[in-house]
Amino acid sequence: MPDPYSLRVNGVDCEVADSDLAESLLFVLRERLGLTGTKNACTEGECSSCAVLIDGVLTCSCLVLAATAADQEITTVEGLGDGRDELSVVQEAFVHEGAVQCGFCTPGLIVAVHDLLEANTEPSDGDVREALSGNLCRCTGYGRILAAVHSAAATKRSGS
Amino acid sequence: MSDVVVARSLDEAQEALAHQPDATVLAGGTDLMVEINRGLRRPRHVVGVAQVPELHRWSVADNRVVVGAGVTYTEMMTTALADAAPALAQAARTVGSPPIRNAGTLGGNLGTASPAGDTLPVLAALNAEIVVTGPDGERRMGLDDFVVGVKQTSLRPGELIVAAELDRPRGRQEFLKIGPRNAMVISMAGLALVADHDARTVRCALGAVAAGIPRARDAEVWVAERIDWDDGAAVSDAVADEFGQRVAAAASPIDDHRSTAAYRRHAVAVLATRALKRAFAQGGGDDA
Repeated sequence: MPDPYSLRVNGVDCEVADSDLAESLLFVLRERLGLTGTKNACTEGECSSCAVLIDGVLTCSCLVLAATAADQEITTVEGLGDGRDELSVVQEAFVHEGAVQCGFCTPGLIVAVHDLLEANTEPSDGDVREALSGNLCRCTGYGRILAAVHSAAATKRSGS
Repeated sequence: MSDVVVARSLDEAQEALAHQPDATVLAGGTDLMVEINRGLRRPRHVVGVAQVPELHRWSVADNRVVVGAGVTYTEMMTTALADAAPALAQAARTVGSPPIRNAGTLGGNLGTASPAGDTLPVLAALNAEIVVTGPDGERRMGLDDFVVGVKQTSLRPGELIVAAELDRPRGRQEFLKIGPRNAMVISMAGLALVADHDARTVRCALGAVAAGIPRARDAEVWVAERIDWDDGAAVSDAVADEFGQRVAAAASPIDDHRSTAAYRRHAVAVLATRALKRAFAQGGGDDA
């Protein structure tokens, strides 16, 4: 793998220079590319704060060796909204339902909920809990997060 | 780390490993990256195999299931593999969380060779043959000859895990596991049980209760003689309970940060009893 190498993030080709090849995708996103929406907490896959989509697949970016993700399509929380200033349906629902407290887990949750609602716009409580079972939130007790997911799903079903 | 090769085909992966036989193979990253992130490991050479299409293949035949080393836990749960190897799907379902299951692979579980690797008891109970390829060609071996100690395999330098080939017996399969919660749990004790109504055998293997993945062979033979194979009557509570005790005798657990030896031995007995009752409930059993 040549150094520098290139990553395609949110539709943009980004050159990663002066990096150590042992760096995780999480580290490269935050420290090399300045995309700090993806959060760094456990670095062992326990918390999903660093969740991103790689070729559309929900993945913990801390467990990806960045250099191996060259040529793949990486979508971070910054790439989910339709436009620069627009919140996505999921983000809007989180704000509206008060599902954000300290906010640290929120980006990972937003990415995971996007992933869930892509596959299932009528999730049961069990579906939601299962889909978010890897996302740790230490503030909310998850009740408002559940409400936000159902609210976002309803919005999606109504086609707006 | 001085170089990272991203292999796009089996040939490329083998070539890279022939060139650097001491390279570390990286599949889903759910084990290796944890160690790299913590600074516990710093491999000089890495060969990434997550994008090798040949390793993602799986197939189901009448008596045999072949699972490529790159097949993820999510794929074990969501494809026709789940019907062909139900215990494998059940084990996959207990691993981590959706993003972990999207990344982690059967080959990675084998390569890490942790006693708590959730697919490993299933492979043992399904008489898996592990297929590896390397400079000396292809080798096949049972799980006992592949996992030779705690996190130790018999892989030779330059070898790559290609697939596992599993039996597909006629009968129920169960995988059960104990941990402090349902999601994101590393096993404190695990058990796979497979009924084979043609061979009239029961096969039972244990996880996280020994250095390797023991089969409870004495208990298997004992219980096979006490099952009503012809009429499909449910196993009695007494037989199921004694089976549990006999399976527990095959465990050699230790005290560690996840559990105690005494609890693990108790848990394995409970799991064995429960799995047997499910596999041989009244009138059921051979419809799987």
